[in-house]
Amino acid sequence: MAGGALAEATAPSKVDSGDTSWILISSALVMLMTPGLALFYGGMVRSKNVLGTIMQSFIALGVITLQWVLYGYSLAFGPDIGHVIGSLDWIGLSGVGLEPFPGYSATVPHQAFMIFQMMFAVITPALITGAFAERFKFKTYLVFLVLWATFVYDPLAHWVWGVGGWIRNLGALDFAGGLVVHISSGIAALVATLVVGKRKGYGDEPMPPHNLTMTLLGAALLWFGWFGFNGGSAVASGSLATNAFVVTHISTAAAALSWMVAEWAYRGNPTVLGAASGAVAGLVAITPASGFVGPMSALLIGLVGGVLCYYAIHLKSKLGYDDSLDVVGVHGVGGTWGALATGLFACKAINSAGDDGLFFGNFSLIGIQALSVFSAWIYSFVVTLIILKILDWTMGLRVPEEHEVNGLDLSQHGEAGYSF
Amino acid sequence: MKKIEAIIKPFKLDEVKNALTKIGVQGMTVTEVKGFGRQKGHTEVYRGAEYKIDFLPKVKIELITSEEMVTQVIDTIERAAKTGKIGDGKIFISPVEEVIRIRTGERGRDAI
Repeated sequence: MAGGALAEATAPSKVDSGDTSWILISSALVMLMTPGLALFYGGMVRSKNVLGTIMQSFIALGVITLQWVLYGYSLAFGPDIGHVIGSLDWIGLSGVGLEPFPGYSATVPHQAFMIFQMMFAVITPALITGAFAERFKFKTYLVFLVLWATFVYDPLAHWVWGVGGWIRNLGALDFAGGLVVHISSGIAALVATLVVGKRKGYGDEPMPPHNLTMTLLGAALLWFGWFGFNGGSAVASGSLATNAFVVTHISTAAAALSWMVAEWAYRGNPTVLGAASGAVAGLVAITPASGFVGPMSALLIGLVGGVLCYYAIHLKSKLGYDDSLDVVGVHGVGGTWGALATGLFACKAINSAGDDGLFFGNFSLIGIQALSVFSAWIYSFVVTLIILKILDWTMGLRVPEEHEVNGLDLSQHGEAGYSF
Repeated sequence: MKKIEAIIKPFKLDEVKNALTKIGVQGMTVTEVKGFGRQKGHTEVYRGAEYKIDFLPKVKIELITSEEMVTQVIDTIERAAKTGKIGDGKIFISPVEEVIRIRTGERGRDAI
């Protein structure tokens, strides 16, 4: 590090304080999304499982942080090997210093980019937990976190965002994680529901949300944090970050309304859970598009996203799987819509480093987006399946029936969420 | 001595309590309960899932009274708790073997 300090003294630093402060703030905003997710999910489960549910999100902050700094960041963003993975050159953040790294962050210290990306790596596996809520073994979950991050998230991030990654080289556009975060977790959630199976009593026993006020607080924190998720993905402070911030907000608002109206028309009531879920669907949908589309496109993306995801969540009762908190319907379907919508609405005038979509005269982008979506589906599906099957054989995925009945809080953590 | 148990609509509790204290009732025990009779429940919908809620929140009042007071107490409860709509509740009367005041050890009528 002494050599590095000497080099800095002689060469002028290209660190931009505005860019850097925005990336650091965005990193904190995205970090907040993980406990926000914990509360969003926590309010939707039964009270006997509230702590277990919150813990699954919260503990990702611990586990994935360590995985990321030890080797995950290197695999995802490190020097490319064969366009499919990064090398271990940056193991233990070796070489990841405080100078900018032109490949990813021309005006921001490399470590700032690293920690910003870390928060994405943390929240993505936590999203999956909604699918197997109220029945997954905590011990196995800790191992699942490490395996899924290493074998699904890190490679996929490399393909889409890493220098040399093959999906990036194809020209696919994913500004903040439609593929890497939402499709990957949405498809993993589908696999998980199929492998783990339904909750005991699903379909017979009532399992309504125990605290929607908690869920709404979580949704609000997610909305707030997402400004960093999408805005920070500009890796700079300025017009592109502004575009991402603005379109994120518009899409979310539109989707909250469109879900609420769709539910009102279909079921007769505008629900709080619907408005909150719609907002999240809008956030998911705009994620890959946020640095490439304009405000009116975002409005349409949100309107469609809200309605589409509302209908998607009814698939589970039609197809008979227990995706307890609708990860597939919101993240899988929403992320797919967002990635494809990017192929329709992308506009070079917004971001010259992007591309034009179908509605702007370019027919090739939508095909590239579709290919990238398909690849993410297949890869996440297959590797998640392998991971879960191995864990099922070795450690077991589900808690024993008695523990499921007593609730995860008591059985997995020896705690009670509430004492009145 | 008789035990009077009344299941009533929760919002009627204050009215019933005030009416009873006016006629000289000096104590009662109240529990929050769930139940149904002929009153139908309602349906709640969370995302795609429908939940039929059969059990409705009610309040149970229990009090012990002397034989002479029984009719007056029942009439008072009936009047105060009635709305005329389904779900107003029921009153049950049962005999009580013994009543003891813990502080003083008094028994029987003196303990009520």
